[in-house]
Amino acid sequence: MSTDYETVIGLEVHAQLLTRSKMFCGCPTAFGGSPNSQTCPVCQGMPGVLPVINRRAIEFAIRTALALHCTINAGCRFARKHYYYPDMPKNYQISQYEEPLAVEGWLEVAVDGAPRRIGIERLHMEEDVGKLIHEGTLETARASLVDFNRSGVPLMEIVSKPDVRSAEEATAYLRALRAILLYLGVCDGNMEEGSFRCDANISLRPRGSKEYGVKVEIKNMNSFKNVQHALEFEARRQAKALAAGERIVQETRLWEADKGYTLSMRSKEYAHDYRYFPEPDLVPLKVEQRWVDQLRTTLPELPVVRQQRFVSQYGLPAYDAELLTQSRALADYYEAAVREYPKPKIVSNWVLSELLRELPGDDEAAITRCPIPPKNLARLLALIDDGTISGKIAKDVFEKMYRSGEDAETIVRREGLVQVADAGALAAVVEQVLAANAPAVEDWKKGKKQSLGFLVGQVMKTTQGKANPAIVNQLLLEQLPKPS
Amino acid sequence: MPTIAELGARYRSGETTPTQVVESYLQRIETLDPQVRAYLTLTRESALARAEATEKRLKAGKPLGPLDGVPLAIKDVICTKGVRTTCSSKILENFVPPYDATVMVRLNAAGAVMLGKTNMDEFAMGSSTENSAFFPTRNPWDLARVPGGSSGGSAAAVAAGLAAGALGSDTGGSIRQPAAFCGTVGVKPTYGRVSRYGLVAFASSLDQIGPFAADVRGAALLLQAIAGHDPLDSTSTDIPVPDYPAALGQGIQGLRVGIPSEYVIEGMDPEVGKAVSAAIEALKGLGAKTEKVSLPTTNYALAAYYLIAPAEASSNLARYDGVKYGYRAAGGKDLIQMYGRTRAEGFGPEVKRRIMLGTYALSAGYYEAYYGKAQRVRTLVRRDFQQAFERVDVLACPTAPNVAFKLGEKEDPLQMYLCDVFTIPVNLAGLPGLSLPCGFTQSGLPIGLQLIGKPFDESTLLSAAYAYEQATPWHARAPALP
Amino acid sequence: MPDPKIDIEHVARLARLDLSEPEKERMRSQLDAILTYIDKLRQLNTEGVEPTSHAIPMVNVMREDEVRPCLPAGEMLANAPEREREFFRVPKIIEE
Repeated sequence: MSTDYETVIGLEVHAQLLTRSKMFCGCPTAFGGSPNSQTCPVCQGMPGVLPVINRRAIEFAIRTALALHCTINAGCRFARKHYYYPDMPKNYQISQYEEPLAVEGWLEVAVDGAPRRIGIERLHMEEDVGKLIHEGTLETARASLVDFNRSGVPLMEIVSKPDVRSAEEATAYLRALRAILLYLGVCDGNMEEGSFRCDANISLRPRGSKEYGVKVEIKNMNSFKNVQHALEFEARRQAKALAAGERIVQETRLWEADKGYTLSMRSKEYAHDYRYFPEPDLVPLKVEQRWVDQLRTTLPELPVVRQQRFVSQYGLPAYDAELLTQSRALADYYEAAVREYPKPKIVSNWVLSELLRELPGDDEAAITRCPIPPKNLARLLALIDDGTISGKIAKDVFEKMYRSGEDAETIVRREGLVQVADAGALAAVVEQVLAANAPAVEDWKKGKKQSLGFLVGQVMKTTQGKANPAIVNQLLLEQLPKPS
Repeated sequence: MPTIAELGARYRSGETTPTQVVESYLQRIETLDPQVRAYLTLTRESALARAEATEKRLKAGKPLGPLDGVPLAIKDVICTKGVRTTCSSKILENFVPPYDATVMVRLNAAGAVMLGKTNMDEFAMGSSTENSAFFPTRNPWDLARVPGGSSGGSAAAVAAGLAAGALGSDTGGSIRQPAAFCGTVGVKPTYGRVSRYGLVAFASSLDQIGPFAADVRGAALLLQAIAGHDPLDSTSTDIPVPDYPAALGQGIQGLRVGIPSEYVIEGMDPEVGKAVSAAIEALKGLGAKTEKVSLPTTNYALAAYYLIAPAEASSNLARYDGVKYGYRAAGGKDLIQMYGRTRAEGFGPEVKRRIMLGTYALSAGYYEAYYGKAQRVRTLVRRDFQQAFERVDVLACPTAPNVAFKLGEKEDPLQMYLCDVFTIPVNLAGLPGLSLPCGFTQSGLPIGLQLIGKPFDESTLLSAAYAYEQATPWHARAPALP
Repeated sequence: MPDPKIDIEHVARLARLDLSEPEKERMRSQLDAILTYIDKLRQLNTEGVEPTSHAIPMVNVMREDEVRPCLPAGEMLANAPEREREFFRVPKIIEE
C-alpha cells in the first residue's frame, strides 16, 4: 500500500540590487575589492553610526513589485531582525517585517506548455551581510575571517506562496523571476556569485489533502540545476521516509552538490527569536500613488509579453520566442538584427545556435560584451542571400567574426571566401570531380539518387566550400548521364 | 570663570588670548580634576594647537564666530576622530573612532576647542555617573555627592570651571538632571533638532545631544552651533534653526506657563518643591501668566520608558561582540564562548541589567504585552503634552524630585530610576527641555527648575530661562573648591 | 501581562551574556522588582491607541544613490581585537 504524495514547495529569493551605492551608506556595491576596502563606519556597524535609505533601492523594489502584480503597501517600514553572527556587523539586520514594501502578487510559469500562476507572498527590502572565509571547512576551521565589503548591499527578498508543485516548476519559476529582474535591470541574476540566491521550503502531503506536511528548508543551491536536483532528491527522501512510517523533522538541510544529497545542518533545535521591532533610526516610507504611477511608466516590456509578441509579430515558434526572451539583452540583440535583416526565423536560428554557442553566458553582461554587433550578424546573413558566400562558409566567417570582432565583408574579402557562382569556372571543377569519382557516377546510372549529394559535396570540398551549391547542382544534373 | 559670551568678548578686545585661556583651563584641570574626576581623556596638545589657530584668525580679524577659541568638554559618548571614545565602558576602553560625530564637525568648524572627553554612566545608563567602568565623578558643590548622570562629567566640568561649556546626551534626563545637581544650565533639544550621527546609541528614539553652560546665553550659543539638519541622520529635521541668542532679552510678558499638577510626588525633597514654587512666583513677577495643567499619563511614563529604552539599548548594544572593535575576552575556545564572555566581562551591572530587560521585553511572546504596550503609552504621554500646549507656551516643574545624593546612597536600581521621573516624559514626547538653577538647599546644594517647550520651540525656553536668570542671583554662585 | 518571573537563562542566552550564578540570582530579583513596577501599565487602557515609535513624525527620508568615499581597510581594521591580513579574525564558529 503506497500513498501518492504531492510535493509542496515555497521559494525564497534574495536578489542583490544593482544600485551604485549600498542600502544605507555611500560605499560602492561593486564586486571584487580587496577585503574590507569597500566599507565605512556605517556598513561596519561602528558605534554612533546611522543608516539612510537609498532611494534607488526602493524604486527598484517598487518596479519589481509592479512587474510581479503585487499590492504595494501605502506605508512601509524597516525593522531590526536580531541574531548573532560575525558576518553581520550590528548583530541585527535592517529588514522589513510586519510592514513590507509589497504583498500578494503572482508570476506565471509554464511547464510543458501549461501556464500556472505562482503566488507571491511578499516582497521586502533588507541589507546583505559580509562574507566569512573559513580556515578549512566550517566544521574543521579553527578560525574564520570576516570581510565586510558585501555588508549593506541592498537585497530584495521575494517570497512565493507554497504554490509550486515540482522541482521543474521551481526552476521554471526561478528562471521566470530572474528574467523579470534582468529585464527591469535591477539585478544581474548571477547565481554562482550569489547576486541571485534561492532557498526552498519543501514538504509532502497525501494527494488531495488540504493540510501541509512538515516542511524542510533547503539551502546552498547556487544554480538552476542544483535547485532542480536538490528538490528532486528531497522529495524522494521525504517520500521514502514517510513510506517507512518516519516523521519528517522540521529543519534546515544543505544541498551537497558534489555528493548529490541534502544534509541536515544538525543545529540544536533552539527556535530563533529574532526580536523584531521597528527600526528607530529610520522613519517610515509613505509610498504615494504618484510615485508608483511614475515608476510604472518606466517599466520595460516584460518577458512574457515580449515572448507573446515574438510569436505574433515574427511568426516564431513558442520555443524560439521563450529562449530569445530569457534575457532582455538577448531579445534586444535579436530584434536589432531582425530590423536589419527581416527574416525572423533565420535570425532566430543563428542567434540560438551560433551566437549562444559562442557566448560565455546568456546574462546581460555577456551579451553586451558580444564582439558581433547585431548589424554585423545581419550583414553576414545578407551575404548568404546575395550569393556572396555559402551558408557553410558563413558559419566559419561567424566564428572568425566572434574571435576578431571584424565584420563579415572584411573577412570574406581578405580570405577570398567569395562564393564561386561563375558556371564556366565551376564546370571545369565538375568535370574534374566526375572523372575522379567514376564509381559514384556508376551508382547514379543505376538509379542511386544519393550519389548526387555525394558529388555536390565533392565539388564543395574541392572549392573549399566556395562554390554556389545551387549552380553546382544544376551543372551536375546537366553533365551526368541519364539514369538507366 | 568667564561665560562663553564673555570669553568671546575678551578675545576680540584682546584682553586675553585663546592660548592663555586654554592653558589656564588645562592648569585648573590639573589642579582640581583629581578631586572632581570629570575627565576621562584630556586632549591637551590638540587643544593648544586649536587655540593657536584661533589666535591667528583673531589677529587676521577673522574669527569664526562666538565659539572660536572657546574651551569645551565633550561627553565620552560622542565620537571624536582619533580620540578614544569609551562610553565609560570597559568594552570600548580602547576604541578610537575613525570619524567625527556631526556635532564635532560643527563645533570644529566653529573654532571651538575640545579640552577632553568626560566621564559618564556606562553607555549613558544611570543618574549618578557611578556606573562608569573607570571611576565615579564627584559633585563640585560637595565632593561626597554625585554630580547626577549620565552626563555627570560634563555637568561637573562646567560647574567646577573646568570647561566653559560642554556637550552631553539626554535619553531620559541625562543632561537636565546633572545640570540641576551641579547648578548649571542644560538643554535637551527637541528630538531631531541636533544630529545623532556619531552619538553612540543608547535608545535611538529618545537620545538627543545638548549643551551645558554656566549661563543661558552660553547654552544658546552652543545650541546654535550644533542644531540643524544632517543628511546622515534620517531622524534629524530640516525645520529651519532660529537665531537662539537673538531670542534672549525679549522678556516674558504674557508668557503662559503651565504648572503640571502631577509633578508633585511623594518622597520629593521639600526644599526642591519650595524653590520651584518660588521660581514660578518669580516668573509671574516677570509678567508670565501661570495656570495648572494636567498630564494624566505621567504616572505611567517611567514604566513605559523602562521598557522602550532597554529594548532599544539591547539592540544597539548587540554590536559589542569582540569582533570588530573594543574588548574581547581571552580564552573563548569558540565563537559562542567568545561572545558570551566578552559581553559578560565588558559590560557593567547596570548595562547588563538593561540588556536583559530589553531582550526580555522584545522576546517572542512578550513583545505586545511589553514593548507594544509601552509604545501605546508613549502615544498617550505625547497626547497629554499636546493638550497642555494648546493652553500654555511652556511648562515649569522641578528637574528632579531631589538634589544631589551621596555616592553609594542609591543601591536599588529602581530607586535610581525614580530620579528621572520628571525628565523622562519629555523624552518620550520628543520635546525640548531645559534645566537651570533656581536656588540652593540649606546645605548649599543646587536645585534645578525644568522648563518644557513645544516641539522645536527652544527659543521660548531659552528666552524664559534667560529672563528668570537675569532676575535671580543663582547663576552667579560658584562651588568653593579647595 | 505575562508572569514577571523572567527566564534568566533563556534571556541571557539570547543576549549573549555569560552570567555567573550569583549574577543570575541578583539579576532575577532585581528584574522581578522592576517588572513588578512596570506591571502598573496594566492599569492603563490603551485599546485603540496607536503605538508611537517616533515622537516627531516624519516620512520618506532618503538619499540619492551616490557613491561616497570608503575608509581605507587599515583604518577600518585599526580597532580589531584580532586580525589577519586585511580580515577580522574570529574563533571557530559553532552553530547554536
